[in-house]
Amino acid sequence: MIKGRLAAIVGIVAIVAAACGTGASPAPSFDLPTAVGDGEGELSVLAWPGYAEDGSYDPAVNWVKPFEDETGCKVTVQVFGTSDEAFSLFSTNPTKYDVISASGDASLRLVRAGYVQPVNMDLVPNYADIFPALKDKPYNTVDGVHYGAPHGRGSNLLMWRTDKIATAPTSWAQMFDANPSWGKQVSVYDAPIYIADAAVVLMSTKPDLKITNPYALDDTQFAAVVDLLKQQKPNISQYWVDYTKQQQAFESGDATIGTTWQVITYLLQSEDPPIPVDVIKPVEGATGWSDTWMINSKTTHLNCAYKWLNHIVSPEVNAQIAAWFGEAPGNSKSCGLSQADQDNCDFFHANDDAFWKDVWYWQTPETACVDGRTDVKCKGFDDWVKAWTEIKG
Amino acid sequence: MTAQPFNQGSIARRFAAWLHARPRVRLALLLAAPVAWLVVAYLGSLAVLFVNSFWQRDEFTGLVQRTFTLDNFVELLTTPLYGTVLLRTVTMAATVTLTCAVLAFPIAFYMARVASPRVRGLLAVAVLMPLWSSYLIKAYSWRLILSEEGLLNWLLGPLGLRGPGQTEIGLWLVFTYLWLPYMILPLYAGLERIPSSLLEASSDLGARAVTTFRRVIFPLVIPALAAGSIFTFSLTLGDYVAPSLITTTQFVGNLIFLNFGAPDLPFAAALSLAPLGVMLVYLLVARRLGAFSSL
Repeated sequence: MIKGRLAAIVGIVAIVAAACGTGASPAPSFDLPTAVGDGEGELSVLAWPGYAEDGSYDPAVNWVKPFEDETGCKVTVQVFGTSDEAFSLFSTNPTKYDVISASGDASLRLVRAGYVQPVNMDLVPNYADIFPALKDKPYNTVDGVHYGAPHGRGSNLLMWRTDKIATAPTSWAQMFDANPSWGKQVSVYDAPIYIADAAVVLMSTKPDLKITNPYALDDTQFAAVVDLLKQQKPNISQYWVDYTKQQQAFESGDATIGTTWQVITYLLQSEDPPIPVDVIKPVEGATGWSDTWMINSKTTHLNCAYKWLNHIVSPEVNAQIAAWFGEAPGNSKSCGLSQADQDNCDFFHANDDAFWKDVWYWQTPETACVDGRTDVKCKGFDDWVKAWTEIKG
Repeated sequence: MTAQPFNQGSIARRFAAWLHARPRVRLALLLAAPVAWLVVAYLGSLAVLFVNSFWQRDEFTGLVQRTFTLDNFVELLTTPLYGTVLLRTVTMAATVTLTCAVLAFPIAFYMARVASPRVRGLLAVAVLMPLWSSYLIKAYSWRLILSEEGLLNWLLGPLGLRGPGQTEIGLWLVFTYLWLPYMILPLYAGLERIPSSLLEASSDLGARAVTTFRRVIFPLVIPALAAGSIFTFSLTLGDYVAPSLITTTQFVGNLIFLNFGAPDLPFAAALSLAPLGVMLVYLLVARRLGAFSSL
């Protein structure tokens, strides 16, 4: 009997050891590919919703099929709702996804964990036309090494039901109002990175806190931000990650005001009958994103991946995505394709660098303050995660 | 070719004869696959979970570092939030279980002791019917029913009333709806097993209905009740989808999910052990009450 038990324990230990023997190590020195060959026939894409449309939402919205026809790479798309979800999917399935559309709060983590590989930008011809303002940024280039193709950028926005809030809001402060006239009707993005949104508010309402970057918060600043979010909590009717969930909440009257993406507003306005909503980028500025298409360091479909990068940032496709998702395209030639594309670029300030001065692209907070301060320690992402659970109660 | 079937038959027959003489080998062959499944898939993953909870992670990338630490447990025990959330979850599970028991009893009693076989069949179908549709569809439907401009408020509006909305009370309704069949079925089985003679004897001895229920039926049905409650309690305890769809309140499952996604796998693992502990205690109590003889 004892022998049997021992065998069982040994067995379990062996299983445990086997199960634990995974995990990535940072990429060693890497030889960049020098040419793109024929496609390997397959490509697995991990993307933000709306970034890799294959016609399943709207048959007319499809830039995956042309890619497949052209390259012979059969594409499978999986979407994610937050950068954390994307990172978690990537780290638990290190070989599954060939390419990923990573925002700044995922890209650097992917690089440091060794999950993505350096990219030879010479093999992505469309890279030449990317806006200079998006190139060589800390979230896509590390020590002079490029880790992917810039995709485009956007700003988180404030959306409200125009039939329930008569005077158009101008400030995020209205989402943090302790006693709003619309009651418990606030819709909030459900991720620790949302803490930065409150920091943006405090940058203008409490200048004595001296917050210069919403991702670099020392103890005092962080405590003030968390307090503000705790004060907002009772008024929240919904946390959303899945954009359809927010769409539905605005539709059914469970949300009146909230932080959103332009694409959600578009979808609501295109319903029949249209839901009366409007959006703005508030006066304080906003958090936002500047995304990068990256390649898995363990991909077995490298040629397809390079072809995908070039396809997705080509003027035509990049313009389509920008119009569909509601953001500024990364490719400068996307704007000149048609009047509609030019309008879209103007609307989202694709080439207006001044507009982006107060848009704080998502990035992962670190203990070494990302605003360059060296006299204090900042709260790292770990603390942000714990604080987020704390705020939600 | 013609010799083949005869040969095969003979091998099979010889093997059968060999097996016939060896009952232990027979048993081993029969149980090998399911036991392996149980050990690898269930106990194995639990073991991995347990081991994971003692590891650290890289602060920035979240990569697991295999260095022993008790930090996860220290944090779990010293942060009041986790105690609050666990208590909230257990309270919800207990409330849902109690509600299910109260609602299920009359239905199960009617099915088991009053209804004609035809009606009983129809009722069984009615009870099982909701299980045919996906859990997600039901949870989403309830989200719509409870929403501000949803069905419930529309129905109650003319009466000047409002539904509970997307709150904890709404969630309590949803859970009760979702898990009720899991309470009715064991209870029905338990009630059906009570011999009629006992109820007749009770009334012959002058006991009224209430007394019969209190002194005869209830004690006999406790094991079935405990068995049903294992389902309702554990299903509520572990759920995180319905809470995140219906409310803005966090339950233990939501915290585990958030930490899993952070990703902070070691802490998520440590957190997972909390409801596991609760369930272990619950099962021990349920066994005391005879639940397992009733499953």
